[in-house]
Amino acid sequence: MSERLLLTGGEAVAHAMRQIDPDVVPCYPITPQTPIIQGFAKFVADGRAHAEVVNVESEHSAMSAAIGSALAGARTMTATSSQGLALMAEVVYIAASMRAPIVMALGNRALSGPINIHCDHSDSMLIRDSGVVQLFAENAQEAYDLTVLAPRIAEHPDVLLPVLVCLDGFTITHSAEPVALLPDDAVRELVGEYRIPHPVLAADAPTTQGPFAMPDYYTELRRQQGVAVERALDVLAEVSDELESLCGRRCDALEPYRLADARRVLVALGSTAGTAKDVVDELRAEGDPVGLLKLRSFRPFPSAAIGAELTRKDEVIVLDRADSPGGTPPLFADVAAAVYRDGPQLRGHVYGLGGRDLHPEDLRAIFAGEAPVHVGVRGEPCPA
Amino acid sequence: LVVAELKTFDELEPGGAVSPAEAAQPHTGGWRTGLRPEADTARCVDCLLCWLYCPDSAVVLDGTSFAGFDLDYCKGCELCAAVCPVEAIAMVSE
Repeated sequence: MSERLLLTGGEAVAHAMRQIDPDVVPCYPITPQTPIIQGFAKFVADGRAHAEVVNVESEHSAMSAAIGSALAGARTMTATSSQGLALMAEVVYIAASMRAPIVMALGNRALSGPINIHCDHSDSMLIRDSGVVQLFAENAQEAYDLTVLAPRIAEHPDVLLPVLVCLDGFTITHSAEPVALLPDDAVRELVGEYRIPHPVLAADAPTTQGPFAMPDYYTELRRQQGVAVERALDVLAEVSDELESLCGRRCDALEPYRLADARRVLVALGSTAGTAKDVVDELRAEGDPVGLLKLRSFRPFPSAAIGAELTRKDEVIVLDRADSPGGTPPLFADVAAAVYRDGPQLRGHVYGLGGRDLHPEDLRAIFAGEAPVHVGVRGEPCPA
Repeated sequence: LVVAELKTFDELEPGGAVSPAEAAQPHTGGWRTGLRPEADTARCVDCLLCWLYCPDSAVVLDGTSFAGFDLDYCKGCELCAAVCPVEAIAMVSE
């Protein structure tokens, strides 16, 4: 029997961490992630989880400590947001290249500046090419589900990479909704024992980890990492099947919503997919055959599956919650690359930066072609 | 290293983890400065300071006796010559 509780996304992730019961959690507080580590630390203080919680002096140290413990042979989790991830970014690349299976919750928050605490995806995009897996939740339930599945993906022998569970800051981290938890023992069984191929503390089989790579090996090690990220798609499908057998819910890389017969389609990551589902329903009721393609997996990017879903559509509208000044917004660029061969009409919008809400009427204006490229920006003319 | 010895990306351990046996493979002596140490074994007193100081483990022992240099790893840094108390090690141009 699943337990159903009224939880914020942050609390739901803390419960997932309690049930996974990792060995080590090096962490540093930052809004809007703090409720996650605070909630988890309370579980430890109450004896309901048993991790060594290491209160480090910065996020740079949090990820550094996480690498050490994950490679020593301890299941390791942490969480951060925005500037915390920016400070951590250097070490995130190293965690990925050292193939440290760390699970991290990311409460998505705009990067400074201007300084802001609210949601956008610029923090995720900052480490887009680091070689970590990034999975986006639409709501607290998905944040929970993805977190309990994340160790299986991170620790899979074909993957061995950090996995980030991305949940929109405040919109998900701080909003309470009913969340169905799996039974504690089902999560324990699901995640199993922590195993990595070369624990650094294995005295009988010593290894050098994170060796210097000259031009003769750097390319191969980066390619090896790329293959591992790609393989996470298969593992995600596998664990989604297991989740379905446990509770009926799935966590596939893509979630098509009223897509099969849709002519015009939105593509979105995160909580905006929830708003978009409502608008799709409204427009459908008005006779406009629109649809939505929600992406849970941003890295690996399920390019072939996206191409298969979208190439026959009349118009694909990509919603980026991060901008690339002077360039092409990141999700738009990836979707455009996935569909370019026999392309539908393609247009992209940047929205929701720094926590600005995207309202149902904004989505209607986007479908109607009446919204500027940067949705709601003051001073930008709408397309003719 | 010759190209034939280089591994493909899928032959490498995850993250490039290296075992001690593999670490011996890259013959880093190819980076040597152009000077190599030469020992006058008649003067050597087997104090093993050179062995202790060598940052590349390039001093070879036979039991507890000095037995020469492993030029596959020696970088020509001259530390051995500098610490030798009996001036038994000279740096010679290659």
